[in-house]
Amino acid sequence: MKERPGWAYLFLSPWVLGVLLLTLGPMAASLYLSFTDYDLFSTPNWIGLGNYRDLFTDDERFFTSVWVTVKYVLISTPLKLAAALAVAVLLNRASKAQGFYRSAFYAPSLLGASVAVALAWRVIFDKWAVNPDTSILVLVALAVWQFGAPMVIFLAGLQQVPKELYDASSVDGAGPWRTFRSVTLPMLSPVIFFNLVLETIHAFQAFTGAFVISGGRGGPVDSTLFYTLYLYQKGFTEFRMGYASAMAWVLVLVVALITALLFGTSRRWVFYAGEER
Amino acid sequence: MRGKRLLWHALCAVLLAALLYPVAWMLLASFKPAHEIIASLSLLPERFLLGNYAEVFRGTAGVSFWTFLSNSVVVSVGSVIGNVISCALAAYAFAWMRFRLRGPLFAFMIATIMLPVHVLLIPQYTIFQRLDLVDTFWPLVLPKLLATDAFFVFLIVQFMRGLPRELGDAARIDGAGPIRTFTSVVLPLSRPALVTTAIFTFIWSWNDFLSQLIYLNTPRNYTLPLALRLFIDQTSETSYGAMMAMSVLTLLPIALFFFAFQRLLVEGVATTGLNG
Repeated sequence: MKERPGWAYLFLSPWVLGVLLLTLGPMAASLYLSFTDYDLFSTPNWIGLGNYRDLFTDDERFFTSVWVTVKYVLISTPLKLAAALAVAVLLNRASKAQGFYRSAFYAPSLLGASVAVALAWRVIFDKWAVNPDTSILVLVALAVWQFGAPMVIFLAGLQQVPKELYDASSVDGAGPWRTFRSVTLPMLSPVIFFNLVLETIHAFQAFTGAFVISGGRGGPVDSTLFYTLYLYQKGFTEFRMGYASAMAWVLVLVVALITALLFGTSRRWVFYAGEER
Repeated sequence: MRGKRLLWHALCAVLLAALLYPVAWMLLASFKPAHEIIASLSLLPERFLLGNYAEVFRGTAGVSFWTFLSNSVVVSVGSVIGNVISCALAAYAFAWMRFRLRGPLFAFMIATIMLPVHVLLIPQYTIFQRLDLVDTFWPLVLPKLLATDAFFVFLIVQFMRGLPRELGDAARIDGAGPIRTFTSVVLPLSRPALVTTAIFTFIWSWNDFLSQLIYLNTPRNYTLPLALRLFIDQTSETSYGAMMAMSVLTLLPIALFFFAFQRLLVEGVATTGLNG
């Protein structure tokens, strides 16, 4: 390709404009606003670390929302991935019906993000949704129900595993569980890692289900007060936008930290084919 | 062998039935009277009623169902047009052109996929509020025209990289500039990726709740998810029937897209890890 570089930037210009106006600019602005008492209507006043101090020392609901979210991430992500992997292994066999099942199991991933399904969920699981001890499980169930997307990715990964490895394993007299442990899991570990990172980040940002099922309040007794829901309440119902900006930055930092941690541990358990072990 | 095969089908079918039970329940509940929806989890209604649908078509909060529907269509179609154009342009530059900052910019683009949108919400809202565009569809559509859904740039890049380079060389020998190469060689060949982008964008903006909740405030401008939200605030259970009927109507377009394009959608997920 020998065209002048100006052309490339011409094609990129909408994206560059979007990055500057709608990503980098707002990121800088929200960082600044997180140190102010911004309320949308009056000029923001600099209050230093005031918002952060209030969050960590003077806001019980903030801690509740962190705890609810961490619980949700820790329960729903492993369950969702386990369901996805189990069904992918089940579907990974030569059959004309595989395509049909794959699509059908994927369908909830398209529907599950909607308000409509969340409303149905609220009615179906009404008994559990109104009980503060079990309400979070209703949302976990809604997340796990959408295991189809990671399942499709797992299935694509499974189809990449060289057949010789399975042959070798069966020659060695390994049973199905042994083969799964020593062939499938290691070969699939990059895909597991990819899905784990994606689903974890995703789970931290869950919003619609909690909003709909709790009527926008995070109840009963704050048992479904997801972090993003609390952020929404602070920013868009109380208009404490400086405070909400501080919350948003705490979320970004936590998500970045957890991603870094996952990457850190990945060296120990993620196996890339062709790599010495 | 045959027995094993049957067992496999039986297992898949049972799992699938359990998985789709809530959807089936929802569909059938939309034909039940409210008291029956609350009282029983059985699938089949005692008798089929169309009253819930009639109630939906009588409108909600003084606004007709068709207004909600057309608002949703405008937002989703606008998003599709914006995303397909802007993401294809950016993807072409990343996949087919050389420029000094390509590496770092591409890495940056990937990083923005992971960025929690919440950190952008308040400044973006402030911008649109200053521009007096709150309670219009612009804040929902304009960002798509600027390729802010980097996921789709990535999806199209992956596809365009797989196209044979010789086609570009041939076009250049024929005297085609970058624009001609883009419009008459790369774009037509990238159709599967563009269609995948279009369908996913449609479904995601159709389902989108958070940004519509923030930007649209008057019932006249409500999209379907926001109209459904009106049911949340009503504590009376008599509206459950209409709520289920409207839910079913809202999911109908997604179901149709799914049946028409399931293969493309699933392939899109499988090849990019694109993840609703």
